[in-house]
Amino acid sequence: MSAPFDPNRNLANVSLRHVGKPLVRTDAPGKATGRTPYAGDYVMPGMLHAKVLRSPMPSARLVRLDVSKARALEGVALVLTARDLPDRLAPTDIPGQTGQTRLKTDQQILVRERVRYHGEPLALIAAESVDVAEKAMSLIDYDLEPWPGVFDPESAMRPGAPVVQGTDNIVARHAIGKGDIDAGFAAADMVVERTYRTQFIEHAFLEPEVGLAWVDENDVVNIRVSTQVIEHFRFIADAIGVPHNKVRIMGALVGGGFGGKEDITVEIYLALLAKHTGRPVRLEFTREDSFVGHGKRHPFILTYKTGVKRNGKITALDVRLVSDAGAYVFLSPYVLLYGAIAAPGPYLIENLKVDAVSVATNNMYTSAFRGFGSAQACVAYEQQMDEVAQAIGIDRLDLRRRNYLKTGEPTATGYRVPSAVWTERCADIAWQALGEKTPAKGAIRIGRGLAAYQQSYGRLTFLHDTSEAWVGVEVDGTVIVRSGVTDIGAGQASALAQIAIEVLGVNMENVVVYNSDSAVTPLAGTTTATRALYMTGNAARVAAEAVRGRLVARAAKAFGVPVDDVVLADNKVSALDRPDKAMSFADLVRLCATEGIQRSELAMFRAPFTDRLDPATGQGQAFADFTYGAHAIEVAVDTETGEVTVLKSVACHDVGQCINPAAVEGQIEGGAAQGQGYALSEEMIYREGRLMTPSLSEYLIPTAMDVPVVKSIILESRSGVGPFGAKGIGEPALTPVAPAIANAVADAIGRRIHDLPITPEKVVRALHGID
Amino acid sequence: MPKTKARAKPGPRAKVESRSITLRVNGRTIEAETPPHRTLLEALRDAGFVDVKRGCEKGDCGACAVLLDGVAVDSCLTLAWTVEGRDIVTAAGLGSHDAMHPLQRAFVERGAIQCGYCTPGLIVAAQSLLAEAPDPSEDDIRLGLSGNLCRCTGYTKVFEAIRDAAAEMRSARRRR
Ligand code: FES
Ligand code: FES
Repeated sequence: MSAPFDPNRNLANVSLRHVGKPLVRTDAPGKATGRTPYAGDYVMPGMLHAKVLRSPMPSARLVRLDVSKARALEGVALVLTARDLPDRLAPTDIPGQTGQTRLKTDQQILVRERVRYHGEPLALIAAESVDVAEKAMSLIDYDLEPWPGVFDPESAMRPGAPVVQGTDNIVARHAIGKGDIDAGFAAADMVVERTYRTQFIEHAFLEPEVGLAWVDENDVVNIRVSTQVIEHFRFIADAIGVPHNKVRIMGALVGGGFGGKEDITVEIYLALLAKHTGRPVRLEFTREDSFVGHGKRHPFILTYKTGVKRNGKITALDVRLVSDAGAYVFLSPYVLLYGAIAAPGPYLIENLKVDAVSVATNNMYTSAFRGFGSAQACVAYEQQMDEVAQAIGIDRLDLRRRNYLKTGEPTATGYRVPSAVWTERCADIAWQALGEKTPAKGAIRIGRGLAAYQQSYGRLTFLHDTSEAWVGVEVDGTVIVRSGVTDIGAGQASALAQIAIEVLGVNMENVVVYNSDSAVTPLAGTTTATRALYMTGNAARVAAEAVRGRLVARAAKAFGVPVDDVVLADNKVSALDRPDKAMSFADLVRLCATEGIQRSELAMFRAPFTDRLDPATGQGQAFADFTYGAHAIEVAVDTETGEVTVLKSVACHDVGQCINPAAVEGQIEGGAAQGQGYALSEEMIYREGRLMTPSLSEYLIPTAMDVPVVKSIILESRSGVGPFGAKGIGEPALTPVAPAIANAVADAIGRRIHDLPITPEKVVRALHGID
Repeated sequence: MPKTKARAKPGPRAKVESRSITLRVNGRTIEAETPPHRTLLEALRDAGFVDVKRGCEKGDCGACAVLLDGVAVDSCLTLAWTVEGRDIVTAAGLGSHDAMHPLQRAFVERGAIQCGYCTPGLIVAAQSLLAEAPDPSEDDIRLGLSGNLCRCTGYTKVFEAIRDAAAEMRSARRRR
């Protein structure tokens, strides 16, 4: 059982010198001066260039595939089709070192017969130049016979629907049952039922997928690739049929991920082509390849039925979730589970029922995206709170205040949150910080909205997550951190540096982080699920503390003082209140080195390991901890054009402890912009499974013209399970933004648009009462 | 049963010979055999100026922006043949680790860089803006960056960095 939150529990025993300061990130100067090589910037002598031929149809049977003309073209080294590959499949499950039983989610690498989505790969080409590879693509002849398809999850669930996966298209179900739902509704004074819908969206990281592979002198397939997950090497090895130690993944600083580089992208294609040709091969997706080539955020249909007392106390909540898994399973079961667990939001709901189902269709497959099911749930639960407040006629914030979950109270799965739960504080602060309301003028109406949230950080605890980091000190007093963690732009590597120097008392100039190499850096797991700082940060802290312990013991001996009196700071070692006892950090390290005292440590951090949730009731522990906070928004709506402008955007989150406040603000500001796109402009439109928005001029992410200056208010309860009491902020920054905007628009126009995105057309239709 | 021939045969393409062209980039002169359809983006990356990033090749994202005689252009929309003899500067040409350009320093110090893939293009666009408007309003900055997408930062710190750099560049000019 978890102990209730004690504000002193995780306080560092020394005041923090580096942690909590907006230090310049270790990766920033290289990026600013154009010196940082990304995965796409590497080349090798004799390198081939690859292309992927994809199906233009979403549901079809491949009846003929003739690559003979392409193979005959001068400059073509290799064309691969499913027929050329042994009958191997590509795993698509959660990667990592957990050793858990995997779901049966494997997919064909290249189309053998059945095409299930627009963009599914038919053939791989490697040629002397990109131009020749493209020419070869155009020389491949094939016949595709249309096959009955199904393009929305509700149709796909009906008996007799075309089957895309399994026997009935159901790829996952989850149920949560708690308390007595009937008694809860019987006790209610009013019941409010609404259905909300979210859309397919695209990560739109700026750097399209790219990699370079070669087979080395030990027959190891090396892949330099832009990925969130270097530990895909096992799945890649399985897919190409080599032992796990014969694939090495080297990351690079990643040009944006957001969940879109969590699944395997180019790696298997590269590994196959490099293995078959014996030459280095480079594959870079065009923007269109990227848009059709990786999974999207799941559209959800979320039906909320809330029973509430006149005084605002919620007595029962019945939730139905349907997600569109698209053509292959990928991470859909996990995204659905996150959605189910997040369904009641940051509220104490004693009588709760959640029925969640994920359904295969012939749309693009859907998988991880920042917020991972929890974001979709927040879109619904926070709009529902406003709808309920309106229905019973009480203030929106008051309704929330009457129902917020507090420290030590049970979540949807019955787990009692051990950390601080400052939802109410965050919501009140964010709301007040909106300040004076902007006056309405003419056709312009002003509205305000708020959304609070609960978001897990760290993986599902039944996945038995671990992470490693190594910290060492050199004889000149410099520090090295080695860890497999991938840095996808949030400063994951720099945070490890800041943690190590905090513990060792050296300055930021004196530390270097080596990361993201599956062969030479200790495996740290994935940069996903807002876990990197929590898991790898803890590992780095433990490793640094072990090194510190040995150094301090030697210094204590040299100074003749107790170990507790040794102070490490500013590259110096000294003794408390003994100004005569001091030496440089480098001298201490040298002293240890000459005596053979170990100057490095490899540490593994283990998240709590739990059993799976009870399959019937969904009860148990699912996560180690949660982040809480809120986002408040003010919008202007032009009632003539339907255009929505976000005027004010205020976030207040309890992040436990900032490691780098500038990086935390960066997450919040970026999350605000992404959430705004989710709410107002972004939609991957599929017509009968075909992508209609294959470019950045059709799929509209927010520009510098669209976003307000974001105000970030950061609270630090120091109660999290991350290093120094940190909680995670990567996903939480995004989660509440879209529902806050939706609530603000509804407040402005007096009508609610229940499906995202809230486009000008939908606003105008709503204002004119057109459904 | 309907059959689909999903892909047409390529049409004959008029063959225009490659020729050797000379480009001036970051003060260096480079020479390369270049076919007429080669974009400046491809030419620069092939010559090793890989700080010029490829994000869309359609003029949508600005990751490939470079300064052409001081003005930001999308190199993916510029044919290499058309810029012979012009002055081309990439983000790496503006400054280096030891001698950063004020914009580079401000981006670093403000934390305006996350994944950094958009950063060279943003710095180039900002430099082009500040050359024309040394004391830009917020609207000027937004408009100046409207051709550059950033998916990570939400632009807030980018605006701050550009204001800082503009102030530093103005005071440096006064000192001179
Ligand atoms: S690559 Fe040139 S604008 Fe996107
Ligand atoms: S910092 Fe990642 S796209 Fe701008």
